[in-house]
Amino acid sequence: MTDIPIRPSIRRRHEAIGGKLVSRLTIALSLLVGIALFFLYQRFVYGLGAVTNINNGYPWGIWVVWDVIIATGFACGGYAMALLVYILNRGEFHPMIRSALTASVFGYSLGGLSVLIDLGRYWNFWHILSPSYFNPGSVMFEVAACITLYIVVLWIEWFPTFLEWLGTRGIQKAFERMLFVFIGLGVLLPSMHQSSLGSLLIAMGYQVHPLWQTPFLPILFLMTALCMGYAVVIFEATLAAVGFARDVREELPLLEKLGKVVASVLLMFMVLRFADIIDRGQTGRLTEGNLQTAMFWIETVLFAFPIAAFSFGSGQSRMSRLFPAAASMLAGAVLYRIDAFLVAYNSPTHWHYFPSAPEILVTLGVIAIEVLAYIVFVKKFPILPGHEYR
Amino acid sequence: MSCNRRDFMRGGLGGAAAAAACATLGASPAEARENKKVPGNAIGLLYDSTLCIGCKACMSACKTTNELPLDDNVGGKLWDTPFELSGKTYTVIKVYQDGTSVNKDQVKDGFAHIKRQCLHCIDPSCVSVCPVKAMTKNPETGIVSYNADACIGCRYCVAACPFHVPQFQYDTPFPRIAKCQLCKEELAKGDIPACAKVCPTGATLFGSYNALSKEIERRKDMKPGEANVFPRRTVDSGDTYERAAAHYTEEVYGAKALGGTQVRYLAGVPFDKFDLPVGLPERSYASQSESMQEALYSGLTVPAAAFAGLMLAAYFGTKNLHDDEEG
Ligand code: SF4
Ligand code: SF4
Ligand code: SF4
Repeated sequence: MTDIPIRPSIRRRHEAIGGKLVSRLTIALSLLVGIALFFLYQRFVYGLGAVTNINNGYPWGIWVVWDVIIATGFACGGYAMALLVYILNRGEFHPMIRSALTASVFGYSLGGLSVLIDLGRYWNFWHILSPSYFNPGSVMFEVAACITLYIVVLWIEWFPTFLEWLGTRGIQKAFERMLFVFIGLGVLLPSMHQSSLGSLLIAMGYQVHPLWQTPFLPILFLMTALCMGYAVVIFEATLAAVGFARDVREELPLLEKLGKVVASVLLMFMVLRFADIIDRGQTGRLTEGNLQTAMFWIETVLFAFPIAAFSFGSGQSRMSRLFPAAASMLAGAVLYRIDAFLVAYNSPTHWHYFPSAPEILVTLGVIAIEVLAYIVFVKKFPILPGHEYR
Repeated sequence: MSCNRRDFMRGGLGGAAAAAACATLGASPAEARENKKVPGNAIGLLYDSTLCIGCKACMSACKTTNELPLDDNVGGKLWDTPFELSGKTYTVIKVYQDGTSVNKDQVKDGFAHIKRQCLHCIDPSCVSVCPVKAMTKNPETGIVSYNADACIGCRYCVAACPFHVPQFQYDTPFPRIAKCQLCKEELAKGDIPACAKVCPTGATLFGSYNALSKEIERRKDMKPGEANVFPRRTVDSGDTYERAAAHYTEEVYGAKALGGTQVRYLAGVPFDKFDLPVGLPERSYASQSESMQEALYSGLTVPAAAFAGLMLAAYFGTKNLHDDEEG
């Protein structure tokens, strides 16, 4: 066992990967952003109906379900890794935390901005932070206030990276000494609002299909958030290896361990989910021939695959499964959240919802901004694990 | 070493704090709040489908009184033709029809009217879910009001209302939530809700919650076909007329479901024929959702305790970050 003091090691542990910013990928991404801006202009001039397909039967479309509910799940890497490294004391994962945090900073910031696009009366948004308007019984209040605070906390957690880039070691050291307060908040706040994203559905009662509607929604959502966090780290590391031609052989054993964490949490998720369905006497729903039941089983298969792939096999065979397993985990979680909010949501018969093309293009634009920002940041700032740290 | 479940949940200060945080988040609602009770001076409406002749005078009066635009859905700009509640429509008379549609208030080959509007729930979901108190319930009268100046337009009320009442305006850059507020301005002037005021048959009747409860019982006790006296406008207006009582179904819509509502319905055909949700539990969704939030966040004690633990763990975690190989 060796004690590696954190501060002197940081320099060796992270490096900017450098390289040109203008590439075919970044140009394509910028184009997507441009298209999104055009439709956003229409949205703000003519109203939400001019661009989206949302209606009074399905008042929440993909700008809520994808841009906020799913995107913040994807952005749980920083949260999940902080829990592992700082709270559960798994220092071995420390080299990976910065890239996870950077992805979280953008994921959450963009999620927060997307809320403003979707809010009908966005100019009143500040009411969420003004005590005279607080409605503490509202889950939406908890979600909105908590996410707003967490975005601030994320930027504070990320700030040392910036200081390191500036080269102001003294300030960076002093800053990092008080960082534990924000790391504490950085674990607490996502635990709160990620579970609350599930609680949002409880007030909707009978309108949410019984395979999804349960008092355990908060804990189920929290579990998927953690799994998404770790799976995203695995996904991004393997993807960055291809995209930036980085050698990630040294990270692989760590990724493999993360995979095992995902498998365990996911297993608990599945056991809880099925036990609850049995307990509520809804097993009959599992064999019905409708869309909801089909979706439920697709989710189940997408979750079962990573449990198996992350748990069994060894060495090379398991490593080659890391990427598909993480992808399957993420797809399952995406579907779980889409299903809970849209497919399982039962509106009066005359209403239907499927996102319009402009609506999807705006969401793609938001994702493009996120990816662009990530590319710029890992190229310019010391974020990804350096390879000489061993 | 391997990082399996045992390791993951393994003790140590941090583990304990995280486990505590997880455990509290998964806690079952300890002090469940009960359904809200009917306010002391509650007022409301009784809509009796068997008296309604489908003249839509109420719809017209509602539009005039609330200064709402016409809602043309058949094209040709002929007349106000809302199919359902909408961003332009607080109330709408709909009709159930079967087969030849000749028998009023009968399921087979029959037809029956229903009036859609806000039911002014005793324990309203819209008030419970609104993050910024833009939906409020008057503690005296029980009227559920909407305040656009507070509203952020999140549409949680639209998604959560069990009766699909609040309607968001998608066709304007400055949208509001459209919903009946029981003509509170008229009431303030000493008048009664416009729809009850103009109803020619008393099918829409205004009154105190208790007086309307008595009126409901009186009607349920009537023998179908027997001549009876029915009031118009308000229960005690004295403006009455005589007609044969209809046959009522067992259920009084809004009597008990989800804690009850202050606008209630009587009808001659079962309420599921009107596409209204039936068979709902008596416990309000608002109380379920709020109990969960209270158990987790009341007084912020649970988050504060979790924060203290997490902060402590993070203090040691960052101070003495080390690779541990002993797991
Ligand atoms: S019917 Fe809907 S909008 Fe009206 S008070 Fe009840 S929950 Fe609110
Ligand atoms: S749309 Fe407005 S009134 Fe409805 S819940 Fe949101 S803030 Fe409240
Ligand atoms: S009470 Fe007033 S606002 Fe409500 S439906 Fe009747 S007329 Fe319209």
